[in-house]
Amino acid sequence: MSARDLVLGRLRAALAAPAPTPAETPRDYRPAGVVAADPDLLADRLTDYRATVHRCADADVARVVAEVLGGRRVVVPPGLPPHWLPPGVDVVVDDGLDAARIAAVDGVVTAAAVAVAETGTIVLDGAPDQGRRVVTLLPDVHVCVLRADQVVATVPDALARLDPRRPLTWISGPSATSDIELDRVEGVHGPRNLHVVLTGGPGGG
Amino acid sequence: MTETFLGMPATAPPGVGHLRGDEPFPVAARRALADAQLRRNVGHATSTIRARSAAVIGEVPDWPQLRAAARAIKTDTMARLPELLEQLETAVGRAGGTVHWAADAVEANRIVTDLVRAAGVDRVMKVKSMATQEIGLNEALADAGIEPVETDLAELIVQLGDDRPSHILVPAIHRNRAEIREIFLREMPGVDPALTDEPAALAAAARRHLRETFLSTRVAVSGANFAVAETGTLAVVESEGNGRMCLTLPETLITVMGIEKVVPTWRDLEVFLQLLPRASTGERMNPYTSMWTGVTPGDGPQAFHLVLLDNGRSAVLADPVGREALHCIRCSACLNVCPVYERTGGHAYGSVYPGPIGAVLSPQLTGVADNASLPYASSLCGACYDACPVLIDIPSILVHLRAQAPHPRGEAAAMAAAAYAMDHPALYAAAQRGARLSRLAGPRGRGLPPPLSGWTASRDLPEPPPQTFRQWWADR
Ligand code: SF4
Repeated sequence: MSARDLVLGRLRAALAAPAPTPAETPRDYRPAGVVAADPDLLADRLTDYRATVHRCADADVARVVAEVLGGRRVVVPPGLPPHWLPPGVDVVVDDGLDAARIAAVDGVVTAAAVAVAETGTIVLDGAPDQGRRVVTLLPDVHVCVLRADQVVATVPDALARLDPRRPLTWISGPSATSDIELDRVEGVHGPRNLHVVLTGGPGGG
Repeated sequence: MTETFLGMPATAPPGVGHLRGDEPFPVAARRALADAQLRRNVGHATSTIRARSAAVIGEVPDWPQLRAAARAIKTDTMARLPELLEQLETAVGRAGGTVHWAADAVEANRIVTDLVRAAGVDRVMKVKSMATQEIGLNEALADAGIEPVETDLAELIVQLGDDRPSHILVPAIHRNRAEIREIFLREMPGVDPALTDEPAALAAAARRHLRETFLSTRVAVSGANFAVAETGTLAVVESEGNGRMCLTLPETLITVMGIEKVVPTWRDLEVFLQLLPRASTGERMNPYTSMWTGVTPGDGPQAFHLVLLDNGRSAVLADPVGREALHCIRCSACLNVCPVYERTGGHAYGSVYPGPIGAVLSPQLTGVADNASLPYASSLCGACYDACPVLIDIPSILVHLRAQAPHPRGEAAAMAAAAYAMDHPALYAAAQRGARLSRLAGPRGRGLPPPLSGWTASRDLPEPPPQTFRQWWADR
């Protein structure tokens, strides 16, 4: 008998007598769509977990990105809006770079799919302006540009907007550990610095 | 065919993995109680996490509704487990993954070992995972000549220190910074001898130590926090980014998952992702959550294997009272409020699942006869029930399991204490009142007030809320 048949058989036998009655799930918690999105709350919650938040108009994204990056070398996903990048910055576009090459740059600039105000979370879904998961993992500085209309209030709001078939990375502040005497230390293996550039609204400057 | 399966389902095999201690809980607990350093470290950890957790739970206006929804989803999941697992298998397969079934730890270890060998490598990197600790995967891989590298900082500390994890969430919490520095200086190749014991310096040393491993290892092994039957999506929550490294960088990803981790729908994650971080680390959200469905061309591992592990879970499911233990999302909140765990730490439980949930889950996975002292590793104060984000009634399961336990050594003492309390009505009333008050105090209930607290730390308290002592006694 295969392990599959064995396990499923055991489980069916375990549920045979008496068979439990499937229960309805009460969903009287706050569902998607009832809480208003609040970009100020998002900024507060991100800052609380030691991300740095920059608010600016759509047209000023490149200037802010330049300030954050200084002269550092960055990788960007192929679909990043070019006008987000300051002139003269040392950029390599990820067209399937190997991991060592990505690890060798200082930073990465991406967009995001959605952000959850209540938890201070940005979510990346691998769209062309966000790129492969590895580009936001190996460089030490992650600059994420977010439009105000991508901010939602709660976790249910975010899940309702996301496609589970895409690879999803939920990011709440920089990499952190509390494994040593519960002292929070930023930056173990992921990016040690997270900068979120929150722009005014739709239309993308 | 079906009649083959009737009768008691098999439990986790003896001699494999980490579900049984070498000695009964009372013996191990007594030694732990004498270790002042351990009690200080554990006490500091539990009180700190409790405070953080209470603060962020207080921000959520619909916390009770989320807990009720979580409990209902889990009850529904258990009632439909075979069908949901088949649905998950189909969805993962459709997305380019391969599903394997493992009846027990031996089989799961063999499946993983074969997959690693087929990939032609002799080293794998690991994300912290309770399931792989449960089955003793690291030992099995080492026996097969494959080196497993733990990449979670705490697991790395445990592995380098040739030690055992003592807490579900923070496995090295029994170690302080000076001890960790010693371990790194002794065991980490190429470490800077001037390393200080600052947590930031120690974390940086781990970062340097593991970077090359992340970039050069072609196979990773992970666990899973959730798997969505409807979509085939797997989810791992973590903080450090080591999870993302293991889930993203290798060519082959092998995920070992207890069959109870499945949830029916994508939408169900909205409940658990709100409950887990706040109950667990006391964060609004953990720094990183990764979700993937099968393989994504051009992004991440191009081979994905999901190993579905029984290892005694079907035996747990067969008990209509005890099966609730399968609802556990491993947040560790019950450990942090437990007056017994706080004093003994995790090693005394002898299983990778310590604390209140360990006291009900381990004996069920192994068969109660094989872990008979663990249902007594509790004061039955009820704090674990109050803290549990999925509302598992741990005290009632403990009482239920005690009835099945074949008279462990500790029971004589418990019974003597019960008899003494019954003969001394004032003491008995105080015990009941103390327990009830601690329940009313909510998630931070701390068990009995002194002087009874010392007594309950190493011994059974015969007062099992929500039942009264007399009901419990009458039931026996
Ligand atoms: S039993 Fe409840 S409180 Fe304990 S670890 Fe599991 S989910 Fe958390």
